Amino acid sequence: MFYREAGDFHTTYKDDNQTFPIKFDRIRYYVVLAVAFGVIPFLINDYWANAVFVPFLIYAIAAIGLNILTGYCGQVSLGTGGFMAVGAYACYKLMTAFPEVSIVFHLIGAGFVTAGVGVLFGLPSLRIKGFYLAVATLAAQFFLVWLFNKVPWFYNYSASGQINAPERTVFGMAVTGPNTEAWAKYMICLVFLTVLAWIARNLTRGTVGRSWMAIRDMDIAAEIIGVNPLRAKLTAFAVSSFFVGIAGALFFSVYLGAVEVGEAFGINKSFLVLFMIIIGGLGSIFGSLAGAAFLVLLPVLLKNILVGGLGWPIDIAAHMELIIVGGLIVVFLIAEPHGLAQLWKIGKEKLRLWPFPH
Amino acid sequence: MSDNLIYAMEVTLNGLMAGVLYALVALGFVLIYKASGIFNFAQGVMALFAAMTLVGIEKGQVPFSHLINAVLGTEVHHFGWHLHSFLAIAFTVVVMIGLAWAVQQVIFKHLVGQEPIILFMATIGLAYFLEGVADLMWGSEIKNLDICLTSNLCMPQGINEAIDQTTYEWFGYGFFIDNLDITATIVAMVLVAALVAFSQYTKQGRAMRAVADDHQAALSVGISLNFIWVLVWSVAGFVALVAGIMWGAKSGVQFSLSLIALKALPVLMLGGFTSIPGAIVGGLIIGVGEKLFEFAIGPMVGGATENWFAYVLALLFLVFRPQGLFGEKIIERV
Repeated sequence: MFYREAGDFHTTYKDDNQTFPIKFDRIRYYVVLAVAFGVIPFLINDYWANAVFVPFLIYAIAAIGLNILTGYCGQVSLGTGGFMAVGAYACYKLMTAFPEVSIVFHLIGAGFVTAGVGVLFGLPSLRIKGFYLAVATLAAQFFLVWLFNKVPWFYNYSASGQINAPERTVFGMAVTGPNTEAWAKYMICLVFLTVLAWIARNLTRGTVGRSWMAIRDMDIAAEIIGVNPLRAKLTAFAVSSFFVGIAGALFFSVYLGAVEVGEAFGINKSFLVLFMIIIGGLGSIFGSLAGAAFLVLLPVLLKNILVGGLGWPIDIAAHMELIIVGGLIVVFLIAEPHGLAQLWKIGKEKLRLWPFPH
Repeated sequence: MSDNLIYAMEVTLNGLMAGVLYALVALGFVLIYKASGIFNFAQGVMALFAAMTLVGIEKGQVPFSHLINAVLGTEVHHFGWHLHSFLAIAFTVVVMIGLAWAVQQVIFKHLVGQEPIILFMATIGLAYFLEGVADLMWGSEIKNLDICLTSNLCMPQGINEAIDQTTYEWFGYGFFIDNLDITATIVAMVLVAALVAFSQYTKQGRAMRAVADDHQAALSVGISLNFIWVLVWSVAGFVALVAGIMWGAKSGVQFSLSLIALKALPVLMLGGFTSIPGAIVGGLIIGVGEKLFEFAIGPMVGGATENWFAYVLALLFLVFRPQGLFGEKIIERV
C-alpha cells in the first residue's frame, strides 16, 4: 500500500539510477541517518557504546571492505586480521610521529598505508585463484602479525610490546584515550562508516565496480570484453584494504585504546569478518551492515540469555556461540547463499505486492 | 666437522619428523579433495575432535557433562571406568564414521554442484561448529593423551637413548630425537602403506579411485557417490584420528592443535592438492624448511619465524608453479 513505485515518476536519467528508487526506501534511509546522527548520540551510554554500537560500526567498515574484495571481486581473503593490524600500527606510528596533525588524517593515512600493503599481497592473485588464493592470504595474516610482534620499531620500543593510543581530539572533543565520552567514540565511527559506505556504494555501481563483478563472474570472459584483470584485481585489493585498514585503525585507537597484536588481530578476526559477509550477503553493502550487526549482537544476546538469564557458566555460552555461528554459516550457505541481504530483498518484493499479491 | 653443521643436521632430522606430522594432516585433505573436490578446512578440527573424543572415552568422561550439569544442576563428570586404549580407539573410529555420515547427509548432500569456494566456506563453518561441539562435549581444558598397550607399556616419550649414544660416538655430540617422533614416522609409514593397499586392492578402494577420476563415469558404472563420499570422509576421519593422537601425545590435546593443522594448507599448496606423495614430500619440505630457517635466520630477526615461514614459502612457490610440485596441471576450459 505504502511501498509502491506507482506515482513516483522518474523523469530524468539520474532519477532512474538512484540507489533507492522507491520513495518509502528513501524516506527510511533519511530517517535511519537522522536517528543515528540526531538521537542515538544523546541516549548512548558506555555499555551500549562499547558492547554494541562502536564494535558494530567498526566491523561494518571492515565487512564492507572485505565484501568489496570477496563479494564484488570474488577473491577470498583470510588476511583481514593482518590488514586490520597494518591499519592499527600505521595509525599508531602516525599518531606518535605527527601529534599536531588531526587524528582524522591519521586514520585516513592508515587506510592508505594498508591499501599499499594490500596491493603487495594482492599481487599473487594475478596468478592464483580460489582457495589457493585464500591460503596465500593466510601468509599475509601470519607474517604481518609476526612482524608487528617482533620488530620493536612498530611499537616504539615500548617494554610491554603493546601499543597505546594517546589522547587525540577532534573539534576539541577527545576521541581516543581514557577520557573519551561514549558519544564521541560513537560519532567518529559513525561518520567514517557513513562516508565509507557512501563511497563503496558509488564505487560498486560505477565502472570500477562493474569491472570487479565481471572478474568475479568469469575472469576469462571479462578479459575478452576488455576488462584489465590486473587493474581490476589490484584496485579491489587496494580499496578493500583501505577500508579494512581504517577499520583496524579505529578498532585500535577508538575502541580498544591498547592493543596486543596477536590477541586483537589474530586469525579469528579474519574469520569473524568473513562470516559477517557470508551471513550478511556477499556482494551487498546492506549485507555487510546486516552481517556485522548480527555477529556483534549474537554474542551479547547469547551472553545475556545463557549467562544472565539461565545462569550457565560463561565457557558454555562461548562454546554455544561457536556452534551457533558455525551452524548458521552452513545453514546460510545451503539455504540462502546470498545471506540476510537476499532475505531483506525478498521481504521487500513481498511488501511491494502486499496486501494483494495477485 | 664444524659444530654448526652438526647442529644443522640435528635440526634437519627434527624437521623431517615434524614434517611427517604435517604430512599426516595433509593426507586427510588430499583424500577428501580428490574424491569430492571439497577443500576440507575442518580437517584440523577433526583431528582435535578425534583426539578429544579418544581421551574422553578412554577416561570415561560423560559427554556434555558441563551442559548437563548447568541445565539440570547435577554433578556428573565421569562414568567411573577406564577403558583400554585400543577399545577407546575403536569407539572413536565409530564416532568418526558417524560424523562422516552426518556431514555428508546434513551438509554436502545439499551442496552438490556448488562452486568450490562455497564448499570451502561451508567447511570453515563446519570447523567452527565441530570445535564448539568438541569443547562442549569434553570440556576445553588441556588434556594428556596416553596410549598404553598394557598398564606399563605406553607410547614411548622423551629422548631416544640409542640415537643419542650413537651420534655421540660419531660426532662427539648427541642428537636429541624424541621417541614419539620416531613412533609417529613409523605409524605414518604404516598408514600410508595401508591407504595405498586399500585403494589398490579392495573393491571400495577402487571405487574411491574411480570417483576421484571421474564422477559421472563412476556413477554410470553403478558406484554410489553418496556411499563413496561417506567412505572418504570416514577414512579422512581415521587419518585425522591418527594425526590427533600423534600431535596430542606430543603437545597435549588442546585448541592449538587445529592451528597446527592449518599448516597442512601450505604443505598441500607445495605438494599439490591431488597427490598423496605430494602431501608427504610437501610435509617434509615444510618441516625441514621451517626448522632450518628458524635455525639459520631466526635469531637475526627475533625468532618464532615458524609462524609464517610455511605460508610465505607456499605463496612464493605458487607464483611460479600454481599447481604445486606434483599436482595436475590446471587447465581452464571456457
